[in-house]
Amino acid sequence: MSVDVAWAIDWVRRSAATIAEHRDELVELDRQIGDGDHGENLDRGFRAVVAKLDALEEPPEQIGDVLKLVATTLMSTVGGAAGPLYGTAYLRAAKATASAELDSAGVVALIEAGLDGIVARGKATTGEKTMVDAWTPAAEAAVVAADAGGSPAEVLAAAAKAAAAGAEATIPLTATKGRASYLGERSAGHLDPGARSTALLLADAAAAAAA
Amino acid sequence: MSQPDREPARVALVLVSHSRDLAAGAVELAGQMAPGVLLIPVGGTPDGQLGTDFDGIEHAFAQATADGRSAVVLMDLGSAVLTAESVLDLADDDLVARVRLADAPFVEGAVAAAVTAHGGADLDAVLAAAEGAGRMYPVEGAATPDAPADAADGVVRETRTLLNPMGLHARPAAVISRMLAAYDAKVTVNGVSAASVLALMKLGATQGTELRIEAEGPQAAEAVKVFVTEVERGFGEI
Repeated sequence: MSVDVAWAIDWVRRSAATIAEHRDELVELDRQIGDGDHGENLDRGFRAVVAKLDALEEPPEQIGDVLKLVATTLMSTVGGAAGPLYGTAYLRAAKATASAELDSAGVVALIEAGLDGIVARGKATTGEKTMVDAWTPAAEAAVVAADAGGSPAEVLAAAAKAAAAGAEATIPLTATKGRASYLGERSAGHLDPGARSTALLLADAAAAAAA
Repeated sequence: MSQPDREPARVALVLVSHSRDLAAGAVELAGQMAPGVLLIPVGGTPDGQLGTDFDGIEHAFAQATADGRSAVVLMDLGSAVLTAESVLDLADDDLVARVRLADAPFVEGAVAAAVTAHGGADLDAVLAAAEGAGRMYPVEGAATPDAPADAADGVVRETRTLLNPMGLHARPAAVISRMLAAYDAKVTVNGVSAASVLALMKLGATQGTELRIEAEGPQAAEAVKVFVTEVERGFGEI
């Protein structure tokens, strides 16, 4: 059981469609506790990613090639903190996935590398009301699922489920990193837009594997 | 002005802001006090919205470090920092070795760094000037005691009255700092370093204020002499 380059491409295309679909929701979440550009920025970034994928003459050979294309394009086109954060996450994930297929351990490595990238760039830890609060439980759930003998699709499903729960759990938190931290306690009671987009992206990874 | 010819500044500045206007304004402000220093604004997204521009920063870093220069980078808010760091992550080692990201207030850091770069300082000194620019008020007790002049202690002292109608504002403060960078001497005015534009401005010296100029070092006498000359001619403003 494994996921391949076609899965990675499907994941990216699904991500672009999902972000477009949830653009206004992400804008509204970010408007409540940030600068209101998260949905618009990510939508612009993923549209650019799809345009680059469409322009490729041949499909990439490795999963890492697909993720690297996502990384560099998001960095160049997003224009907000999500650009360098997701850019670094996909870049680290790309370095961890220099192969045509991934088994369950490979999927875990991908998710962990993404988390490492977010943490390295944003210097955030859990409980600060950021993307890290969705990525961390996702990585933990992925490890558990893989250790229990789960397939790549099952590992991704577990990660997606944990990311969604982690995102929801940011609602009562007071932000101490990122733009929302300027609001202090007024940031409590709102879902963090970065954690929400992380949950959406990981759900697409799982959906692509299940398809 | 009576200062020796100088090599072009070795250190350029890159000012990264979410706002095109803010980056351009900071360049304008810092540039007024440091002609000849390469100041590169990178503000907003390529389509003129608020945000940060990865490719723009990458291009600015290349331009700033061309011709053997190094560069200090000032950034305004979180994602400007994250994007600048990401650019460095992907840059080649030679460029990375010559670029420093300053943990400094955007405007004050830019002004302090620009003036220091204009004085011919190296990368570390320009970075230190930017990062030391955060304090709004002189450190308590930093002012020199009113000790009597004593030629035997090696300190050259002069006192002159400030003639400028607008007081010791940004332009004359920059003139002093720039002028003195050419001399091997440690100069203070009323207890604050004359090498620091911001410290000079924060003296709040108005027209008629007595300036107590003190200098130490091999060229202390020369430094005090040019300083006094500039004070007496009102820094060209009277």
